[in-house]
Amino acid sequence: MSSSTEEITNLISQEYKQGFVTELEVETFPPGLDEEVITKLSKIKNEPDFMLEYRLKAFRHWQTMKEPDWAQLNIDPIDYQAISYYSAPKKDSDKPQSLDEIDPELLETYKKLGIPLDEQERLAGVAVDAVFDSVSVATTFKGKLNEAGVIFCPISEALQEYPELVKQYLGTVVPETDNFFASLNAAVFTDGSFVYIPKGVRCPMELSTYFRINAANTGQFERTLIIADENSHVSYLEGCTAPMRDENQLHAAVVELIVMENAEIKYSTVQNWYPGDENGIGGIYNFVTKRAECRGDNSKVSWTQVETGSAITWKYPSCVLLGDNSVGEFYSVALTNNYQQADTGTKMIHIGKNTSSTIISKGISAGKAQNTYRGLVKVGKNAVNARNYTQCDSLLVGDKCGAHTFPYIEVKQPTAQVEHEATTSKISEDQLFFCQQRGLSAEDAVSMIVNGFCKEVFKELPMEFAVEAQALLGISLEGSVG
Amino acid sequence: MLSIENLHVNVGDKPILKGVNLQIKPGEVHAIMGPNGAGKSTLSHVLSGKAGYNVTEGSVTYAAENLLDMDPEIRARKGVFLAFQYPVEIPGVSNIYLLKAALNSIRKYQGLDEVDAMDFLAMVKDKVKLLQIDEKFLYRAVNEGFSGGEKKRNEILQAAILEPKLCILDETDSGLDIDALKIVADGVNSLRSAERSFLMITHYQRLLDYVIPDYVHVLAHGQIVKSGGPELALELEAKGYQWVEEQAA
Repeated sequence: MSSSTEEITNLISQEYKQGFVTELEVETFPPGLDEEVITKLSKIKNEPDFMLEYRLKAFRHWQTMKEPDWAQLNIDPIDYQAISYYSAPKKDSDKPQSLDEIDPELLETYKKLGIPLDEQERLAGVAVDAVFDSVSVATTFKGKLNEAGVIFCPISEALQEYPELVKQYLGTVVPETDNFFASLNAAVFTDGSFVYIPKGVRCPMELSTYFRINAANTGQFERTLIIADENSHVSYLEGCTAPMRDENQLHAAVVELIVMENAEIKYSTVQNWYPGDENGIGGIYNFVTKRAECRGDNSKVSWTQVETGSAITWKYPSCVLLGDNSVGEFYSVALTNNYQQADTGTKMIHIGKNTSSTIISKGISAGKAQNTYRGLVKVGKNAVNARNYTQCDSLLVGDKCGAHTFPYIEVKQPTAQVEHEATTSKISEDQLFFCQQRGLSAEDAVSMIVNGFCKEVFKELPMEFAVEAQALLGISLEGSVG
Repeated sequence: MLSIENLHVNVGDKPILKGVNLQIKPGEVHAIMGPNGAGKSTLSHVLSGKAGYNVTEGSVTYAAENLLDMDPEIRARKGVFLAFQYPVEIPGVSNIYLLKAALNSIRKYQGLDEVDAMDFLAMVKDKVKLLQIDEKFLYRAVNEGFSGGEKKRNEILQAAILEPKLCILDETDSGLDIDALKIVADGVNSLRSAERSFLMITHYQRLLDYVIPDYVHVLAHGQIVKSGGPELALELEAKGYQWVEEQAA
């Protein structure tokens, strides 16, 4: 019995495989945050006046706020004045138009990550808007998207090219006063993605962004805004890795999705930021506000996330189902190992009639990690015939980790139907032995069993992303797969 | 091929096997019978490398190597197969995926090329027919929602695909109705060959009506107390285990 447990412990205590630091010349603000820093940031980015006003409004509100403390997380105090709020590659005045112009060292970084752009360019159907630290350095497949009328660019560029469009939608789903981390993001965000799918357009390819935190001690504050106009469809992929670091790096992203009548957004995330070492030192603090608003009738939004990284994950991708017959989905795999902590889940807010939502959450805890599902299903008084189905499964690997489930349900409409199912299980030594007896190594066996547990979520991911996600689980669990 | 000498095994402080001796040559089929608690399953677990058993004395040699030194997956890759008494369920992992992963890990170890998906499918389809298994069965999660009979047939299917040299069947007949028993027995018989040996562990004689063993051994109180040919099983069935214990005493 104890030898198997030991084996599992050995398997899950492998080193983070993607830890390395790229040496690039970086222009970085000195640490600290005040109105002057924000003004300077906005000026460097040559933003329209409304953005500076928006940022300052957010900052002033943020100063009145306190960090939320309701999550099942132990967080060391964060000194927001010790963080630098801007960092960019120096040569940002002439942005490269092709890979030839990109710093070879950066290309090397991507290669180490297994996501070489030159290969991805050839991969049919995937456009890459790579964010390296705070400034986007490469955007591909623009031509094809232009033909379809799709706008897919860094949000800093959108502020130059389409300021009215940004102004119309930015902050309308997650207002600058929403929560502590969202307000901070609104004040200091440096870049992110902007997507606009015009009426009646089915985006001809999957849109993909790889984020990467790089410069030391630099908080990353991405801002993503996606609008799917009437009768349109888009699938968006977001994936992340980070180099090995000792100090904690703060990350507070905001993602806003707006879905109009008969439109659909599918948003998939694979998150693999540095989780800290096996003693819980270092690692990314990840405080994310992701929210989608189904504004039109018959609109649909689907969040799929695979979370294997970060020391701390605080993240609740949510759906506000305003339009009648609108649909919200949340598929999640959250894996925590060593001293990682995750408090993640979703909010499904039913407002329109005949709205429906599905929540499938798979939490895996290994090592001494804590994994919490926190979900809210809220049915308003006008949401006639609203439906929700929630399935929430936890898997424990070893005997020193924890799984917690906090489902909140608020129903104000008598015709609503809300279902919640939850299970907790352990990888049994019998399962492990069975697989070994068939010739599989213990690490392959754990990886296979965990992947099996997550299957319902993986099948929601685009094919190549699903493969990557499975490999990631393998790496996170034992470091040899993929 | 397999030589067990004076094998003593404890679980915790409790002695379960107290000096088992057994020799199995290539192609032989040995049956081990015995009352509940005699140590039958302990023997199968120790041979296949399950954790939690403490060998205090004796040795097990398999193909001229010390079997007890090997990790369970190494034993499997060298051709030791255990058909489980209680096959486990692995939700979300399809049967065919497990089979292919298992076969390829064994082939890789043996220095053979991995089998590609098409060849593998053709191979599996053949075996599936032989065991009268519905092909849909391959795409269901391993043992999840399988009936008792399906689980046991699935174990034999795995043996058929992995082609072990030593096949240990741990109470493969338990929980089977007569039709399922016949199908499983036909499967086992089809796997018999001059190179492949079997160790069948069973509480009842009825499996031995269909899979005729070369030798029958009776395990009681942690020792093999009596050995003989197939006729020993019939004698046991008629006289009960009490008879053997009296003889041994």
